[in-house]
Amino acid sequence: MSEMLANPSKGHIEVRNFSLSYDSIEGPVQAVTDTQIHVKPGEFVSIVGPSGCGKSTLLNAVAGFLKPTTGIVTVDGERVNGPSAERGMVFQQYSLFPWKTVRENVEFGLKMRGMPRSQRERAARTLLGLAGLEAFEKHYPDKLSGGMKQRVGIVRALATGPKVLLLDEPFGALDAQTRVIMQQILTNMWQRLKISVLFVTHDIDEAIFLSDRVYCMTARPGSIKAEIPIPLERPRQQSMMMSSEFLALRRGLMSLIREESLKAMGGEITDMGMQGLNIELHGHSLADVI
Amino acid sequence: MPATAVAEAGPAPAAPPKTPPKTPPSFGTLALRWYRLNQGRLRATAIGIASLIAFLLVWHLLTTYRVVFFVRFTNVPSPLAVYASFTKAIHDPKFLMHILLSCRRIFIGFSLAAIVGVPLGLIMGRFKLVHEIIFPVAEVLRPIPAIAWVPMAIMLWPTNEQSIVFITFLGSFFPILVNTLHGMSLVDPVLVRAAQCLGARERSIFREVYFPASLPHIFTGLTVGMGVAWVSLIAAEMISGQYGIGYFTWEAYSLVQYADIALGMIAIGVLGLGSSLLIRGAGQLVMPWRST
Repeated sequence: MSEMLANPSKGHIEVRNFSLSYDSIEGPVQAVTDTQIHVKPGEFVSIVGPSGCGKSTLLNAVAGFLKPTTGIVTVDGERVNGPSAERGMVFQQYSLFPWKTVRENVEFGLKMRGMPRSQRERAARTLLGLAGLEAFEKHYPDKLSGGMKQRVGIVRALATGPKVLLLDEPFGALDAQTRVIMQQILTNMWQRLKISVLFVTHDIDEAIFLSDRVYCMTARPGSIKAEIPIPLERPRQQSMMMSSEFLALRRGLMSLIREESLKAMGGEITDMGMQGLNIELHGHSLADVI
Repeated sequence: MPATAVAEAGPAPAAPPKTPPKTPPSFGTLALRWYRLNQGRLRATAIGIASLIAFLLVWHLLTTYRVVFFVRFTNVPSPLAVYASFTKAIHDPKFLMHILLSCRRIFIGFSLAAIVGVPLGLIMGRFKLVHEIIFPVAEVLRPIPAIAWVPMAIMLWPTNEQSIVFITFLGSFFPILVNTLHGMSLVDPVLVRAAQCLGARERSIFREVYFPASLPHIFTGLTVGMGVAWVSLIAAEMISGQYGIGYFTWEAYSLVQYADIALGMIAIGVLGLGSSLLIRGAGQLVMPWRST
């Protein structure tokens, strides 16, 4: 099955000298600056950073929705010039087509490719079976829970056999319990497919649990602050999140992010004329509680 | 993905509850349960019927006693008189022809408005230049009521029939266009992106995303357009028609057939209601994902 879904020997993402700015009345605003990242074929890489740091901007540029102001994005040496079925994407808002049933949603990419109806129906059924969703193939997305919607979203993105899978805070809208289950499902799925994954999240635990490597971004304008390899063994299990190795990684990443979050927050609060608040202390005590 | 992970992961709404088999409930229990489940709807239906009966009763009393209290009911026909003229009219081929002709005008005028308005709205919503060219003209013409077009329509079209259909067309055209445009402007851009990274090109995105996403608003436009089509048609028929239910109602006034005035009005109401029900039915047929 995995051969049908993805080609493990491909999917090398390369982002070099990347910067992206957009125009505003006050002049150009730098969203992301001087960024280099890469994802090796079959690797699972996450990007974490404080909110507004441009991590989604970076992902959207890899997807082909945004053009870099400077620099270049390539997949397997080919320059990214716009969205394509080679780069499957999963969105936080699920973005299933409400007017299509679960199966029709999964079939969509195959239909666009011109696959005949009976063939793509069979393919979609097989995929839904693997995700444990065959009972819901005729349901409309409105009738599904958030977790199920996102499973359909992931299956839909994988159905065309993309070289890479891009996920933009895919579990951000789910409740804590469902999120943990979805993380396990995703890591199991990836373990089988060995597809290259670029995963954007603000959840540090999620990033560590899933990834081979984590990029940590600075506050706006975003750039790569650190690159942290995650040497935890595979396959990953939820129980590992209590291990000292995991906790050490978490502490390290947490302090990196906290620095950046405080920078971002501090800026805002100063602007609001609220220097009197001891946010430094507040930030520390908050982090210590977590 | 291993099936075990999925099994423990699924929110499992499909799992059947493991209750011991019960004896089938008696008819009495079932009836009681059905009553409890449908209580609200039954209540609404009962009150609705009672309210209609009350309306007829008040009408009957006002006309029987020829009440004059600011409003004069002296010449207003009673419900029984209207019923009598109804039983006469349904055997009268002329009355049926009036109705049929009005329906034909609505059908042609409204269909043309939908055939032009929906695609134009979709294209204007998708292509900025088309929007920029057509929108100002549409905005200037839109506030002009269809009835105000009657003299112009008579000049424009060689026959009366054509000018009435044109008025009907104009009445329904703008609500359809405006609502289609509104639907296009609300299409979730994330869905367009989702389609793009599944390999969809411009044409497919239009057919598979923009069009179905706009459908609910298109149907709002069609419903509103149908209402305005009837308003415009009746006005046009009263002014320049020779046949049609609007003409029938106006003629009844001229000929002092008071019962026929009310009959014409009720016929217009029933036809209007029927046509909007048709559109609602079509909407449910075309948008199965929206029916609960």
